[in-house]
Amino acid sequence: MSALQKLMTWVDDRFPLTATYKAHLSEYYAPKNFNFWYFFGSLALLVLVLQIVTGIFLTMNYKPDAALAFASVEYIMRDVDWGWLIRYMHSTGASMFFVVVYLHMFRGLMYGSYRKPRELIWIFGVLIYLALMAEAFMGYLLPWGQMSFWGAQVIINLFAAVPFIGDDLSLWIRGDYVIGDATLNRFFAFHVIAVPLVLLMLVVVHLVALHEVGSNNPDGVEIKKHKDPVTHIPLDGIPFHPYYTVKDIVGVVVFLMIFTAILFFTPEMGGWFLEKDNFVPADPFKTPEHIAPLWYFTPFYAILRAVPPLFGSQFPGVVAMGAAIVVMFFLPWLDRSPVKSIRYRGPIYKAMLAIFIVAFIGLGYLGTQPSTPIATWIARVFSVMYFSFFLLMPWYTAIDKTKPEPERVTG
Amino acid sequence: MSQGLDKSKRTFLIAATTAIGGAAAAGVAVPLVMSMMPSARAKAAGAPVEVDISKVEPGMMLTVEWRGKPVWVVNRTKEMLTLLGNHDAALSDPKSEVPQQPAYCQNANRSIKPEYLVAVGICTHLGCSPSEKLQAGAGGGMAADWPGGFFCPCHGSRFDLSARVYAGSPAPINLQIPPHQYLSDSQLLIGVDAKGA
Amino acid sequence: MKRFKTILFMLAAAPVLALASGHDVHLDKAPIDLADHESLQRGARVFVNQCLNCHSAGYMRYSRLQDLGLTEDQIKENLLFAAEKPGETMAVAMSKANAKSWFGATPPDLTVISRSRGADWLYTYLRSFYRDDSRPTGWNNLVFDKVGMPHVLWSLQGEMVAVHKKVGEHEVIDHLELAKPGSVTLAQYDGMVADLVNYLVWMGEPAKMQRQQLGLLVLGFLAVFFVVAYYLKKEFWKDIH
Repeated sequence: MSALQKLMTWVDDRFPLTATYKAHLSEYYAPKNFNFWYFFGSLALLVLVLQIVTGIFLTMNYKPDAALAFASVEYIMRDVDWGWLIRYMHSTGASMFFVVVYLHMFRGLMYGSYRKPRELIWIFGVLIYLALMAEAFMGYLLPWGQMSFWGAQVIINLFAAVPFIGDDLSLWIRGDYVIGDATLNRFFAFHVIAVPLVLLMLVVVHLVALHEVGSNNPDGVEIKKHKDPVTHIPLDGIPFHPYYTVKDIVGVVVFLMIFTAILFFTPEMGGWFLEKDNFVPADPFKTPEHIAPLWYFTPFYAILRAVPPLFGSQFPGVVAMGAAIVVMFFLPWLDRSPVKSIRYRGPIYKAMLAIFIVAFIGLGYLGTQPSTPIATWIARVFSVMYFSFFLLMPWYTAIDKTKPEPERVTG
Repeated sequence: MSQGLDKSKRTFLIAATTAIGGAAAAGVAVPLVMSMMPSARAKAAGAPVEVDISKVEPGMMLTVEWRGKPVWVVNRTKEMLTLLGNHDAALSDPKSEVPQQPAYCQNANRSIKPEYLVAVGICTHLGCSPSEKLQAGAGGGMAADWPGGFFCPCHGSRFDLSARVYAGSPAPINLQIPPHQYLSDSQLLIGVDAKGA
Repeated sequence: MKRFKTILFMLAAAPVLALASGHDVHLDKAPIDLADHESLQRGARVFVNQCLNCHSAGYMRYSRLQDLGLTEDQIKENLLFAAEKPGETMAVAMSKANAKSWFGATPPDLTVISRSRGADWLYTYLRSFYRDDSRPTGWNNLVFDKVGMPHVLWSLQGEMVAVHKKVGEHEVIDHLELAKPGSVTLAQYDGMVADLVNYLVWMGEPAKMQRQQLGLLVLGFLAVFFVVAYYLKKEFWKDIH
């Protein structure tokens, strides 16, 4: 035996290294018909690692103090060698994280990846999405610019809208009567360690749950139904390593080309990724003309603003905004279709999905614009469309005329 | 499509991808690692310090700050300079062989101009700042044959007026002489060697 | 609850506020060229001489001006008035308290003003001051109505006055005219402001040129990486049918 083999044996006697490698890479069988939509899971993992690594280096120079925070970001941009690169990687990475995650979720929607027996994978995924939104929201306060401050002011005041406990709740969240140093420091603690730990744990269980049942595929066919009688390997399955490792490398390179094109040539993205008002230090006495959350929150922000006040309280809007996310958890049980993938669904589902996409993007756009009466009415229509996709699903998926699902994957 | 051709093509492509991937990883790692080097702010704070030495009388000492450290400028009298040659046997490194000074200060006076000592006032034992005992004799609580120098109160290390350490001191080596140059007879610049020095 | 309602009201009123600050004023295109080091050096000189009296640029180090082709000695001789060492940052001469009492508002730090206002806004703003005796400083501005800043560069541009026209019932400002010439022509003044705004854009992000150059290198590298990775994938996937 060579020295390396002896070392591997020593380790394997004490730790399931080779066993883990086999179970999750070289002998984990994934469907052979993964398409473009299947890149985004591994890309999400890549962006997570990127954010953590760049985040660590930013933390070396960032100061979580209301009097020093804004200056420390400019210090990183100017005085720290390569600081500007690390900062832009982190800000571009934050937006790209949501691009990748939204596309990843859309894949799940299209191919029924949330269906039995993958409900738990989906639930962990929605929890990851929630944690990601919290992480992004708290991260955005840290530069302590005008948009950081006022965006946080508006959102934390939503908690004040909760009946009876609202004022005490928002006081507890802020740690002070107004957003200030206390709020900044605790958001820093959450953003740097608490939520990343939660995110990492959720990603781990998300992958463990996935590997327990095996991946879905664009045909929605269960590849474990047809296995080789001798080897017990799914007939339509291929080992993740090397086939999907080499394919994902291509995906990573293409992603990095888009990522670096943005980072090096237009990191502000015209104000979509780095808002202009955030280059002005936070001023509690001066509200910006136009407070808007970053683009990835705007669909839910539009829903919040669309709901009219009830008995003088804006709480219904807050509830609607929360419901827009919570409803996602129930997707596995709302879908009553006999088929999983959109490829075999009927016309009603395809129409509803198209309406959902239009509504989601429309709401996203409206969330960036000032609130006018016409915009509010359109937002209300889009909100109804958004919720209908989910709430009417038990009905329209049951009556929809589906095509028969094939036994084997078609590619 | 023979197996042999495929195998070597496969090996080549794996090797090429690994090499390029390694270069990419290095390309990301280098900026991250370099970002930990002193920033422009740290370098500005560590910039050379100009000192006006015209007011330092013979026999007197001035302390300035350079890179966060105390630097002594001592204007040694002729008597002090004479006494410097008499106690080489009592010193650990009388010829300044350990590189604690720029090459142009490797002499008995450990200085550019004989009368001015420019030394970093941090004991080479554990970093305390020694007290000045410039006066010869028993006046400052030192022994009667004390030729003048510095005494570290933390653990008792002693240094002469060229900041050379006495044998038997806990400190192992002479005090550090920083790079420096004279812009004129009254202007000392600490932190930069003279060009061609 | 009350605060939330206030915030919602402000959000609803935002479009009105937007109009009030003159955001529908046409902005001239600022001629920015970050590769023009001479323009940037001229702009730096104007900035240090004219702006640092009241404004700070607290995140900008004098020594960074070496990126514009200036030597440390040139910086020390020509630009280092309010500081002792080139490594220092461009702090302001005036104290914040004085500024507030003299101008009503603290003049903002200008280090990243080009990133929040934009080059076109700054270029138009600095050329849109006009005489207005109703204002405490005697000056108003088309782009920033009732601004607290006086027309610092008036002796160069000269005095501009507003020419009104009638729109329905109201008198509105149609354009500005030069009433008293300054020490340079309007074209020369515009050139000076162009240099200054060029400098402000550069100062907002000194690493910008380096960023873009590095970007080309990285994209080129990734293109090569893509080709190799693609063929690697294709080679392995020959196994799959």
